[in-house]
Amino acid sequence: MSKRTDMTDTHNWSGQKLVSTDYMLFEAPRTKHFMTGSEVLKEAVKRCTVDASVSYPITPQSEAAHLIGELWAEGYVGVYFRGENEFGVMSEVAGCSMAGARTITTTSGPGTLRAMENFAMWSGTRAPMQLVLMARGINSPLTIQPDNLEVFYLLESGMMIWYAENVQELFDMSIAAFTVAEKPDVHVPIVTVVDGFFVSHTREAVELPDDDIAIEPYDPYASPLPPIDSEMPPGRFLRDPFVMKSNYISYAAHASWQFEIRSAVERSVPYAKHFLNGLVHVSGDEDAELAFVACGTASQQAKEAQRELTKLGIKSKVIKLRTIRPFPEAELLEALQGVKHAFVPEFNVVGWLANDVKAKLYGKCDTEIIGGPRVGGGMSMPAEAIIAEVMEKVNG
Amino acid sequence: MANQGPAYYSPYPAATYDGVITPPEGKALLLTDVVDEEVAMREIAKVMLTSDNATIFPGPQVLYAWNEEAKKKATLIKEMAEVLNAKMIPMYDYRPKYPKIDPEVEINPNHPNLTIWHNDIKAAIFVGVHCHYANVALKIVRAETDCYTVAICGLSGHEDAMATLRDQHSHEMEKFIAIAKEVKAELGK
Repeated sequence: MSKRTDMTDTHNWSGQKLVSTDYMLFEAPRTKHFMTGSEVLKEAVKRCTVDASVSYPITPQSEAAHLIGELWAEGYVGVYFRGENEFGVMSEVAGCSMAGARTITTTSGPGTLRAMENFAMWSGTRAPMQLVLMARGINSPLTIQPDNLEVFYLLESGMMIWYAENVQELFDMSIAAFTVAEKPDVHVPIVTVVDGFFVSHTREAVELPDDDIAIEPYDPYASPLPPIDSEMPPGRFLRDPFVMKSNYISYAAHASWQFEIRSAVERSVPYAKHFLNGLVHVSGDEDAELAFVACGTASQQAKEAQRELTKLGIKSKVIKLRTIRPFPEAELLEALQGVKHAFVPEFNVVGWLANDVKAKLYGKCDTEIIGGPRVGGGMSMPAEAIIAEVMEKVNG
Repeated sequence: MANQGPAYYSPYPAATYDGVITPPEGKALLLTDVVDEEVAMREIAKVMLTSDNATIFPGPQVLYAWNEEAKKKATLIKEMAEVLNAKMIPMYDYRPKYPKIDPEVEINPNHPNLTIWHNDIKAAIFVGVHCHYANVALKIVRAETDCYTVAICGLSGHEDAMATLRDQHSHEMEKFIAIAKEVKAELGK
């Protein structure tokens, strides 16, 4: 079994040479491979000196969880097991992380909702684990197709939420995610989202560094909290909410604690900017008056629409949000300068991203935010659907 | 709504809501400004030496951590208190106390305002307090009191303090004490 005690100053327990995250992401030589999102997540975890992973099968993340299990069998991951269900998994993951382990789990769709209570507990206890969410939509009616409705339910959980567009971004983001989440002034959990099937099951070209290197281990002693026990918050409030017990330890502690979790997410901004090369990526015509604000696969489809619009003589640009929490308000406002109409294409019927963009930018810019087009339940979003939405606006 | 702290962050007692975050490595934070460490040290010393009932709140990391660095820091904090003419009230743990703490002898992160109100403290240094609890306490202090807060932090600093120094170990504390002695002489305190 892999053990922390087998580590040396230069190598982890599986014999991989320890390197900085900067070296892993920006300097290490890379070679080209052809992999699915699930396969590439295995490759990322393999290079992250991961102490623990717990999961429960649910489509479309089952394969990713299974492959992380193979890493345990191969000696790369310290502890791995299947939980009883998603609620059990997310509780067990919390235990691993609070015990000082670098921890990862994966889930999808309804599994996310079954585990929901735990996510706010994760962030409230400043546990810096990573959840890779391979979005598939939620009941009802049941879908196992690409749809990202469950992300909406996570928005105010106090966790960081990053969104990868493709297999390459999933690899790079899931490595950076550990490093940012574990910064002592951040130290909250992180969700790395990809669209199920479109990314999890689609094989794409991806460039990977060699697998004989891995990032340095998590240092649980550089934590904003001491190891918790049952007397001290947050351990105490898990069994005994302090707000109920004393008029002197009341609303102020709870309110301040809540503000602190959200402040921690904001403190991740400079780190995320560094590792993600900016919180938003802009492509297309810089001086366009039409823009698409999107994340994940929707931004890929928007880029296709942008190319088709260019052929029609219409300038447009795509503003891809790489982080949803922290919300990249300043970067988005800058990218929207001079834009008259911004469309928000989404793979869900409620338009959570459009609503979020409108709420965050209210009163701060003159751009008209148009929520759409939206598809759900696994429908594809062809570029033609996006173009039709744009032409309706252009033609009045 | 609670009273505004002296930094006038309103309506939220959280500096990040005004876009202020922890200072980058090698720098310090004075209210909303990122400044050189020495500039901040000088200002902190001046505020502590000129405010009523200036107090240092040492936390568990310097009160009873089991390492040589903690011992050294604890000794330096005693010296710091003498140079700054400051009292010391420990934050010796983070447990909620029922029905409430004794504000004469301790400060608690869940209701730090009680100690500050009771002792009429106008400037305070948090040191050796784990970051999360320091942040919870600093937000409450900002919202509920007019105390000028300083965070001397071994990690990344605290934007909810009015002044924060980051990456502070015994060497940096020695530097602060030396600067504080200079400021004290300049002020004739």
